[in-house]
Amino acid sequence: MSPIHDQGYRRYGGQREPHGRRWWVITRAGILSRIREKRVIVVLLFAWAPFLIRAIQIYASANFEQVAFLAPTPEMFREFLDQQNIFIFIVCIIIGAGLIADDRRANALQIYLSKPLTRVEYIAGKLATLAILLAFVTWLPAMLLLVLQMLFAGSTKFLREHLFLIPAVTLFAATQVFVWSFAMLALSSLSKSRRFVAIMYAGILFFTAAMYQALRQITGSTAWAAISPRDTMNVIADGIFRIANAPRPIPVAAAVVAVIVLIVAAMLVLERRVRGVEVIT
Amino acid sequence: MSTVVTLDRVSVRYGRQFALRDVTAAFPAGAVGLLGPNGAGKSTMIKALLGFLHPDQGEMKVLDLDVKRSPLSIRARIGYMPESDSHIPGMNAVSFVAYCGELAGLPRADAMQRAHEVLYYVGLGEARYRNLETYSTGMKQRIKLAQALVHDPDLLFLDEPTNGMDPKGRDEMLELVRDIAHNKGMNLILSSHLLPDVEYTCDHVVVMDKGQVATSGPIDALKGQGGRVFEIRVKGDRSAFVAALRASGIECHDSEEDLMRAFVPDERGATFLFRIAAEQHVQVRHLRASVPTLEDVFAKAVGEV
Repeated sequence: MSPIHDQGYRRYGGQREPHGRRWWVITRAGILSRIREKRVIVVLLFAWAPFLIRAIQIYASANFEQVAFLAPTPEMFREFLDQQNIFIFIVCIIIGAGLIADDRRANALQIYLSKPLTRVEYIAGKLATLAILLAFVTWLPAMLLLVLQMLFAGSTKFLREHLFLIPAVTLFAATQVFVWSFAMLALSSLSKSRRFVAIMYAGILFFTAAMYQALRQITGSTAWAAISPRDTMNVIADGIFRIANAPRPIPVAAAVVAVIVLIVAAMLVLERRVRGVEVIT
Repeated sequence: MSTVVTLDRVSVRYGRQFALRDVTAAFPAGAVGLLGPNGAGKSTMIKALLGFLHPDQGEMKVLDLDVKRSPLSIRARIGYMPESDSHIPGMNAVSFVAYCGELAGLPRADAMQRAHEVLYYVGLGEARYRNLETYSTGMKQRIKLAQALVHDPDLLFLDEPTNGMDPKGRDEMLELVRDIAHNKGMNLILSSHLLPDVEYTCDHVVVMDKGQVATSGPIDALKGQGGRVFEIRVKGDRSAFVAALRASGIECHDSEEDLMRAFVPDERGATFLFRIAAEQHVQVRHLRASVPTLEDVFAKAVGEV
């Protein structure tokens, strides 16, 4: 007698998605798996604390004349994004460090790359995972502050006078997100241990800043700021937000070149490290 | 019979070391065993076919598609079960297999449905919500097979699928492989150094040694290829006896303890072996005509390279 239902293997006759969208599968799975972790939720929520303080500041300045001096300025938005650097650092450490390192530890790259998926799609999927979460703690709160300013003030005067803030916030937040995402992803591809990656990331960040200060003291030249990503990003931020009286150790153009060099270096590392098979000769 | 994989003068190097040297081979449809000792180049060949390694020379085709020009189209139609432990960290079995299905192009709902079906098929139905990091070696082998099957490939590459499995698990895995190849209409290439695994599951074999193809063809035909096989045990100067046999064109290799298997390529029979033994002053303690096995084919092929 034949069974009424066979739980055996069946051929698949359904639709298949076209190529080119697989990176989103990686991104979606990456974000969903991370936000299931309690510590990630805590960090992401805590990263919005400066937003709350700024929101209260904007509300107070719009509604109480006694604290009108707290009224938002373009510098406030630049400072806000600068303050978020600490959360960028933490998010990079707890989410970014394991993005590729964990896959390398579990030999998952050969699984990924045996599917109809290019290396570029794999990297794009991982990059977008980190970039979206970083945008959640930088670009999104900054833009919401602009919206809140309009709502609390009951007019669009501030925004009309400083219309450049929308592209400025977007451009600088995008620069922050992509520079740190690329840097962290490249470091993550260099090791199988997320702890080691986190130490490398923190080490490089603090070491380059310390190197800059030491070389500046020794040589008297501020051009060494180009080796410190933190200082380079500050120069770019001052340029984007049109902060006229800010100290500029190097010209904005030089800072942009330094950042591009960093991203290209990260891409080269990723190109070498993200492979289906590791060849040791 | 159509071929699913062809290699034409393919060479792959790791630094200055050749892993594949000028390999020309054709894998027919059905179940084909890729046989060879460790380091023979089996895994390298599979990785080159997947596009993980770029050959220094030669052309490769999988399912009539050029590996260099259409890697994504090929990977959409193949499944790969790697030799080493591989999983995606932090996932349970059903999420992992569904995720692999989505990566292979299945819509999300279909991928999830297929994941459940395939996990039942490979025998992990009850453990499908367990985290992969808690799986035993045998279960990890099954999950690797499940992720290779989820998108219903036309060709399956299985790299040492029974590695690290206990005897019962190994038998069950071989049953699965045999069922896939013979009842589900899927082509597969099984890379292994275990002769019984290949003999049980495959119809054809490609024997590799030192980066080259030593022999290939249907297993039955290779086993029945001219000549006879004798099991011999002798007492006396064994090396002189073996040397005399080899001088007469008879290949010899050790099987178990002091037992040898001699391949007589022509009509010469037991009488001839006794005569050689008498000439070399050795006693024949045991002589029995034997059935050629894949082990004989393998030993003969590898010995000739």
